[in-house]
Formats: sequence, structure tokens, C-alpha cells
Amino acid sequence: MSALHELSVVEAAARVRRREISAVELTRAALARIAAVEPQVGAFLTLAEVEAIAAAEAIDRRVAAGQDPGLLGGVPVGVKDIICTAGLRTTAGSRILETFVPSYDATVTARLRAAGAVIVGKLNCDEFAMGSSTENSALAVTRNPWDGKRVPGGSSGGSGAAVAARECHAALGTDTGGSIRLPAAFCGVVGLKPTYGRISRRGVIAYASSLDQVGPLARNVADVALVLEAIAGHDPGDSTASPRDVPAYRTALEGSIRGLRVGLPREYFVEGMQPEVEAAVRGAVDELERLGARVESVSLPHTEYAIATYYLIATAEASSNLARYDGIRYGLRAPGRLALGDMYETTRAAGFGAEVKRRIMLGTYALSAGYYDAYYLKAQQIRTLIRMDFQKVLEQCDALVTPVAPTTAFRLGEKTADPLTMYLSDIFTISVNLAGLPALALPCGFDTAGLPIGLQVIGRPFDEATVLRLGHAYERATTWHTRGAPL
Amino acid sequence: MAITREEVRRVAALARLRLEPAEEERLTADLDHILEAFARLSSVDTRTVEPTAHVEDFGAYLRDDVATNPPAGDEPLANAPATRGRLFRVPRIIE
Repeated sequence: MSALHELSVVEAAARVRRREISAVELTRAALARIAAVEPQVGAFLTLAEVEAIAAAEAIDRRVAAGQDPGLLGGVPVGVKDIICTAGLRTTAGSRILETFVPSYDATVTARLRAAGAVIVGKLNCDEFAMGSSTENSALAVTRNPWDGKRVPGGSSGGSGAAVAARECHAALGTDTGGSIRLPAAFCGVVGLKPTYGRISRRGVIAYASSLDQVGPLARNVADVALVLEAIAGHDPGDSTASPRDVPAYRTALEGSIRGLRVGLPREYFVEGMQPEVEAAVRGAVDELERLGARVESVSLPHTEYAIATYYLIATAEASSNLARYDGIRYGLRAPGRLALGDMYETTRAAGFGAEVKRRIMLGTYALSAGYYDAYYLKAQQIRTLIRMDFQKVLEQCDALVTPVAPTTAFRLGEKTADPLTMYLSDIFTISVNLAGLPALALPCGFDTAGLPIGLQVIGRPFDEATVLRLGHAYERATTWHTRGAPL
Repeated sequence: MAITREEVRRVAALARLRLEPAEEERLTADLDHILEAFARLSSVDTRTVEPTAHVEDFGAYLRDDVATNPPAGDEPLANAPATRGRLFRVPRIIE
């Protein structure tokens, strides 16, 4: 029998339900694993050991009383530190919220608890989820479990690293331009960015509200489906959370993919890609064909405008969302007897890091008088063209397959000097957010340095089921996901 | 130049960010570099294209017009940098 911290979510929950193991045993195993590997990984910003044991004991009492422990009953999970947890510090990776303790749970946090999950701690991320490597966290450095000199990806780098390091069985992340999929790919785990509106954003610290979406990271596709099922669905507290029914994703992923039409966008196989990434993704496409999918070449002609479009829209929304950090109701306040305006300016100067300031500045500029039409409105119009590209190809295809990123995990410090170079890490993930579509990242190989490579499967709006089914069929035919990080 | 130092100063004032001179210089260079790269958007003909502000397909969800929030206790004040009684304490607004 494998160690408890190695169990999948599905297996761990099933064993708790069958009373073969207790939630407390599982939780102690996760906490022991965290204590053992965290010095090398640095995924967590805050641990909740006491609260986790208490939650696990409550699950064990439910099981003993013959009650349903929930879909995720007794399973240790981690939560990105941009998602509010009542009574547990939530920083967004920022100095400005370094001591912030929410008075309420985000809807996704409450749904995790209601499903019986045991929250073991809060996971590091780029400040306000702005970044592609987690190097923009003001509070800690997270390292890639496959190679400690490399980044875990971002912005949900702590979530990707913790799952890859077997510190928790699953984690929640958020994805505004690739922030679940990039760390999933770089850390060799599975991550899903659901359709915009599939999951409530209430209690999730806002970055870019028309793009932000919560989603799960785990070690296999079935685990991701189970966590999705537990947290998806309408919420009266978020008017953008869709009232559509939540299918049983657990069972939707079973079944053949024979006859499914899979599109391969030409624009996603470009010069400058790491050759091993292209080879691995093409190998995965061949595997899907062997499994009965019909693969065809398609075109998304406005792809080249996605990075600029995204960084204008996201920063414009961020400049507005981050206006709330004013040193009055919560968060940092600059010391000294300052007049109100001076207090605002010095508080924000001291509390925000370089990338957050850069994005606030870019967004404020794009929205300012004289530039609005040329930048913000133009970007919104091109967003329409990007959406229409996807709409058109998804009329003929059931899903699209692409790489998650042009390279495997890069070195810490390699891209911090030039913001544009860092922005290009998101080149294959960002259009999906602009179009609001669901997309899955899953392992499809390793490069010669032994670093994981990620495959992206993009679906129609609210058709997570097909995306998961394709991912699940591929995963069953391959063994990439079974390889563990060398810790 | 896509953006001047003077414009950066004006935008920083709008965004309520106090910038050190070195930061101002760095941000001018960064934003100039980024905006130069983003200039490619102007080559796309969008005269007949509607802007997308959001991608929801179901319109706004409206709940019944019934108060559901319980009256707040002291929790909203717990994270405040300065309070007096049940009030947020703010710096002087009028000199």
C-alpha cells in the first residue's frame, strides 16, 4: 500500500467513507509530508494545523455516526492565498494584506468545507495573482518540486507545487490568464480553468473581474472532476455565477472519445517553441487519434493580438479593483500623521510591489482621457474578434488541443528583468480567458532535463465534461501523471 | 516614445501612487516598451466590431428584493488600521 499522502482524492475519500482510514490519519500524513518537504518547496504561506485536525475529527465523527462525510470527506487540500478563509490569514501574496484575516469564507471555501475537505493551509501566489512564476509574491519564494532552481509557474505556483510535492491531495487556484494551467504544466499536475461563470467568485480577492475564475489542481483528471463538482454552481452572492445545473463530472469523464472532433490551431505551433514541447504535444495528438478522436487543423487568426488585448483589459480592471486598498478599512496604513491624500499615496507606494504598480499604471493609463478609445475600447473590440475565432472553430470541433506553454519551467530570476518576456509565458493560455472558455492542463511528457510538459484541452462554454473526458482517456492511455517529483 | 515621464507622473497621481524618482524612470521605460509592443492592435480594423465587456450568456441574475445580510457585528472593524469605538478612524480631510 502506498503512503497515505500519495493517495488520489478519489481513493482517499473512498477509504474514509469505507472506514478503512480516518480523516485524522490522512490529515496527519499530509502535515508530516509538509513538515518534511516544505523547506525545499515553500508552497505554503500559512499552515492551519490545529484547525485541520479539528476539521478531520469532525469528519471522523460524521463517519462514525453513519452520516455522509461528503464528496471530499476527510481529504487534505490547500487553498490559494487569494481566496478568503474565515479566521485564517489571507494575503494575496501582498504586503498590503500581510495581516488580513477574513471574517467570512469565500463561497468556494465554504463549499470545500461542506463537501468534507480538510483545509491544511494557504498557498503562495504572485501578488494579487499578477504573474507567471510566483516570483511576484511579496512574502515567500516557491520552488519547483522537479528542480529547486526553477519556478513553479504562476500565479497559482504554491498550488501547483504543493500538489506536485504531495503536500496535499488537491488545491484551489485561480486563473485570469493561465494562472492554474501554467503551474499545473510546470509542476506536472492536472489543472482546470472552468468556464467563466461556472464557479462563484464571491470572497475571491479580485484582480480582473471579467477574466478571473477559480479552479482545481490535483494529480489526475478524475480528482479534478471531483473537486470541480464539489465547488461549481450558482451562488446568490455572485451575480456572474451561472444558474446552469452542475453535471456529475465524476461520471461524465468515463466513456470513449471515439469520433470526437479535435482541432489543432495552427497559430499555437510557432517558431521559437522548445522542440521537446512541440514533440510531446504532437505525440499526445497522435495518442488521441489512436483512441478514436478525429484530428483536424484549424485557425484562430487573431491569436497574435491576445497578449496585448489581455494586458490592456486585465490591467484596466485591476486598476479599478485595487483602488479599494486605501489604508482605511483593512490592510496596511502608512505610519505618521499624514493628510488623507498623502496617506493614500504613501500607503499604496509601500504596500504594492513593482509588478502590481506597473499593472495599475498601465491600466490607469489605458482608461484615462485621451487614451481610452485607442487602448481600452480597442482591446475590448479585439476581444470580440478573439471570441468569434473560437466560436467558429468550436462549431466544427468538440475541443481544441494545444501546448500549455512554449517552454518547460524556466529558472528563478530568468525573466524578472523584462516584464514583456514574462508576459509571453502566457501566450497559449490567455485567449481562453478572453473567450471565457474551459481549459484543462495535464501532463504529456518530460524534456531532457526531466521537467514536465503540459497539454492543453480547450472546450466549448460549460462543456467541462468533454474536456475532462478527453483528458481522462489520454491519461488512462499514458503514464506521465504517475511519475512523482524527485523530493 | 509611446509615453513620457510627464504622463507617467500624471497617471501615478490618478492611481494614487507616490513614485520615487528612480521608480518613475523605470516605469516610464517599462510602459514605453510595453505600449510600443501593444501598438500592433491599431492595425486591426474594428470599425464594425462591438466591444466585449464580459462573456456571460445568461444576463444578470436577480435575486428577490429581500434583505439577507444580518446586521454586522464588530467583524468589519477587526482588520481596520485605526478605529475609535465602532468607527473607522481616518486622517484629517480638511486642513
